[in-house]
Amino acid sequence: MSGEEYAVILVLSTSHAVRIEKMLAQQGIACKMIPVPRQISSDCGVCVRIPQSQREAASEIVREAGIAIQGIVDV
Amino acid sequence: MIYFDNAATSWPKPPCVGEAMTRFMTEIGANPGRSGHRMAVEAARVVYGAREAVAELFGAPDPLRVIFGANATEAINLALNGLLRPGDHVITSSMEHNSVMRPLRALSGGRVGLTVVGCSPEGGLDPKDLEAAIRPTTRLIILTHASNVTGTLLPVAEVGRIAREHETLLLVDAAQTAGACPIDMQAACVDLLAFSGHKSLYGPMGTGGLVIGDRVDVARFRPLMRGGTGSHSEHEEQPGFLPDLLESGTPNAVGLAGLAAGVRWVLATGVDHIRARERDLTRRLLTGLEAILGVTVYGTRDARTQTATVSFTIAGMEVSEVGSRLDDEQAVMCRVGLHCAPAAHRTLGTFPTGTVRFGLGAFSTAEEVTFALDVVAALSRGLR
Repeated sequence: MSGEEYAVILVLSTSHAVRIEKMLAQQGIACKMIPVPRQISSDCGVCVRIPQSQREAASEIVREAGIAIQGIVDV
Repeated sequence: MIYFDNAATSWPKPPCVGEAMTRFMTEIGANPGRSGHRMAVEAARVVYGAREAVAELFGAPDPLRVIFGANATEAINLALNGLLRPGDHVITSSMEHNSVMRPLRALSGGRVGLTVVGCSPEGGLDPKDLEAAIRPTTRLIILTHASNVTGTLLPVAEVGRIAREHETLLLVDAAQTAGACPIDMQAACVDLLAFSGHKSLYGPMGTGGLVIGDRVDVARFRPLMRGGTGSHSEHEEQPGFLPDLLESGTPNAVGLAGLAAGVRWVLATGVDHIRARERDLTRRLLTGLEAILGVTVYGTRDARTQTATVSFTIAGMEVSEVGSRLDDEQAVMCRVGLHCAPAAHRTLGTFPTGTVRFGLGAFSTAEEVTFALDVVAALSRGLR
């Protein structure tokens, strides 16, 4: 399989997404705000994409910061 | 030309403010939080950047608890209407602006108890008087950080401690001080802070907001408006989390781009530096005014206990005439009258005639103060 496998952090709002993106980037996790993939939600919002390999680390950072999220799913 | 009306809105703005707004309009432009494409994401980053800058300035830990609105008035209305219920009691001072007094008077008509604590003729508040007014039902204390008429600073940190002791909340109206005087919400025990974006934060008009501390129960907070937030779009009920609970509809993103630049400019310049500079100019202005025969200065008349806003009258001349002659003859622009604060003028003894108000800002200079003093002296001399 070519390239990286990803997970997405499903967020409450775009403001939350920017906050998480900044926080993860500061910790050296490659992340990107992208539209929520259609297979996950019909919502019009964004989510934060991370490498699957960083899923646990990202989850820990978000939890420690006390930022509410809707979940993290592999894509 | 001398602009001494910074207490109404600051002018000029640092060049970075207009540049940030132009950049937003020409290069970013999309609706933040409504789509996932790159322009929308960039717009969301700009708005979040404004939240971050404001949170940093006031020592607030969570940028998501910075709620933006049109101005400090909207923020105050949001807090008062959002948190107070029939049967609650609220305390304020007699130096408040109508942005506080009018919503409070409307609420007190709807069975919210209101106590207005009297201030001294200099506009000062004794925290003991305020503490004596606290009841078991006191839900909130709302206090201006500084009078918009005399610049008199009120003892918010002392009142903050009192509020904690009595397990009530403190809302501070920082319209006149945000960016001009240091404010640390945590150190001063401020639970809610209403700020104006277009005064001493040097952003554009149409920006302001409310910073919500962690002692405020968000579940109790009722929004002023409900509507689209770009989140929870499958639900017809308002989201319960911040900032979306309290921010509906497309925001003034171009204004917030300017506000972010203004706040970053304040942070880079340093609030302490701005405060020290304005204090020196205020001292110069106060000393000069008090030396002019026929001039009465209101407030503490001490630059250490007030902002760079100074109110005065000239014996024998209506304030409206002073204002128009300053503008027409010498292009000195200021504000005259009651400054939307009738209670403050009753406290100071200047109701209903009002005062002449010079509002200095970060770009005011000693030369401007000297020139304005000469003009006031000449006006006063002409009467005697």
